[in-house]
Amino acid sequence: MSRGAAIAAPRRGFVHALRELRRAFNTNITSWIGLGVFLAIVLFAVLAPVIAPFDPYEQHIIDRLKGPDATYWFGTDAFGRDILSRLLHGARYSLVIGSVATVSAMIIGSAIGIVSGYVGGRVDLAVMQVMDVLMSFPSLIMGLMIVAVLGPSMGNLIFAIALTAIAPFARIARAPTIVIKQRDFIEACRALGFSDLRIMVVHILPNVMAEILVLGTLWLATSIRVEASLSFIGLGLKPPIPSWGGMVREGFEVILDSAWLSIFPSLAILLIIFALNMLGDGLRDAVDPKLRGGE
Amino acid sequence: MAEILLAVERLKKFFTQKRGFPNPETVTVRALDEISFTVNRGEAFGLVGESGCGKSTAGRCVLRLIEPDSGGVTYAGEDVLEAGKERLRLLRRKMQIVFQDPYASLNPRRMIGKALAEPMQVHGLGDSAEIDARVEALLAEVGLPPDARWRFPHEFSGGQRQRIGIARALTVSPELVVADEPVSALDVSIQSQILLLLRGLQDKHGLSYIFISHDLGVVRWFCQSIAVMYLGRIVETGPVPAIFDDPLHPYTRMLRESSPVPDPEVRVAPARIAGEVPSAVNPPAGCHFHTRCPHVMDKCRQAYPEWRMVGQGRGVACHLHGA
Repeated sequence: MSRGAAIAAPRRGFVHALRELRRAFNTNITSWIGLGVFLAIVLFAVLAPVIAPFDPYEQHIIDRLKGPDATYWFGTDAFGRDILSRLLHGARYSLVIGSVATVSAMIIGSAIGIVSGYVGGRVDLAVMQVMDVLMSFPSLIMGLMIVAVLGPSMGNLIFAIALTAIAPFARIARAPTIVIKQRDFIEACRALGFSDLRIMVVHILPNVMAEILVLGTLWLATSIRVEASLSFIGLGLKPPIPSWGGMVREGFEVILDSAWLSIFPSLAILLIIFALNMLGDGLRDAVDPKLRGGE
Repeated sequence: MAEILLAVERLKKFFTQKRGFPNPETVTVRALDEISFTVNRGEAFGLVGESGCGKSTAGRCVLRLIEPDSGGVTYAGEDVLEAGKERLRLLRRKMQIVFQDPYASLNPRRMIGKALAEPMQVHGLGDSAEIDARVEALLAEVGLPPDARWRFPHEFSGGQRQRIGIARALTVSPELVVADEPVSALDVSIQSQILLLLRGLQDKHGLSYIFISHDLGVVRWFCQSIAVMYLGRIVETGPVPAIFDDPLHPYTRMLRESSPVPDPEVRVAPARIAGEVPSAVNPPAGCHFHTRCPHVMDKCRQAYPEWRMVGQGRGVACHLHGA
């Protein structure tokens, strides 16, 4: 076999898998919309310093509480800060907090779930009891407790949100692990003398990855929502940081006179959560039939 | 005199499970009830019996994929059941397994080339160039095209997958292969190809097999000696021609007579084995076979017959052949 073939071949498998995913994805227009909107928000967040018309902290006292017009597209707040600029910068905080929390929960949760399901027996029973306890707290209440105890900082916020998301990831990873570990190819691995770690990482993880990623998309939406809620009740990012939840709250006090202060950040939160849920649902549909009928 | 490669001594495995609600009772499935047999080097040893008689459990206990409750397994003079982690790793290179269901025995997300290279990497059998060459050689050996290594399991048919499973077992150059119903999930035309492949490997590498099957026709052609199992116990063992020419145990005789003869001239109405297989949870008292045996006697209902050797490596457990 030539060297060239050795290099080209793995790409073929990857491209093939991507194409297959796209075909399943294609039947579902809403997932494309979700993906498009989400990517647009990410793009806006990345480009915020470039495209934002004003500095998000800059106060234009003369123009305070101005409605949307040609200069301030989305209006200004009580300090005369441009709402659009603050929204664009706020997207960065929401996305970073949401994704860091979700990815950490995804890694820790799936590791717990796979090990627990693979080892089985009493360990599994004990671990899953702990997860059930964790899951019995609504994520907002849990986040509230942790932030109230540890104090509101970005790190604590991420920790609080991640902690609430570990249990669902552990559950979603455990269930297929239990099914897969009983299949002959895992027994073949044991007969070949593979270590348990290798079996879990190389042979089980790729087979449960799809489910984990789908849940990841849906939980990213939840994480962003929890962050916004905590900021809204004053336990999230501290002002003057432009967080969406905080902006809704600031506008809340003057909502009857200057509704745009809270309407635009509310719409932003709504939009990103909608987009992520549409994307997650589409991904789930794309992944599911493949798992059921693929082999 | 043939060298004994594997000796299994009074191997026992009971499964317990709780059944019933709200007052669960513990039931014991006697999957293996002190079975003993030996496999000679270079020999294909058949393990036959109906579904649920414990033949697959026996194969897995030998490889310690299931830990037996008691008994002994000796491989080339080495105690398998007592082997520590490191020794077991080395023994895993000597003994391999081929599964029945080719659709469940391969990782659906793993390319064939990777699946075949992995065991050699884990056991440190050569550098990447050597492993590469060996993967290619293995594919050729089991009759697959070289580009199979870049493909995924779902791109192959059942027979081809079974070839991949065999190639995977061969990666570590084993001496003994437990073939757990390797052809019963395949079409008849494919069955013969796979059997010929296994036979060819036996001749070429001096492989020994524990060939687990319920198909007497296949076993008769493939194996040199067999053991017949019934409800967790071996009822008769011996070399293949002798067992098929003159079965001693009534169960063996019925199995032989119920397997089809590929000749319409000699076709007769098969003598059916009356009744169902009793449950291994609650095997009948005395000889387990007495509920279905045409020669049943009073003592069959009371005592399990003792194991008796009856010359030329043949043994039987039946009161008909008792003292």
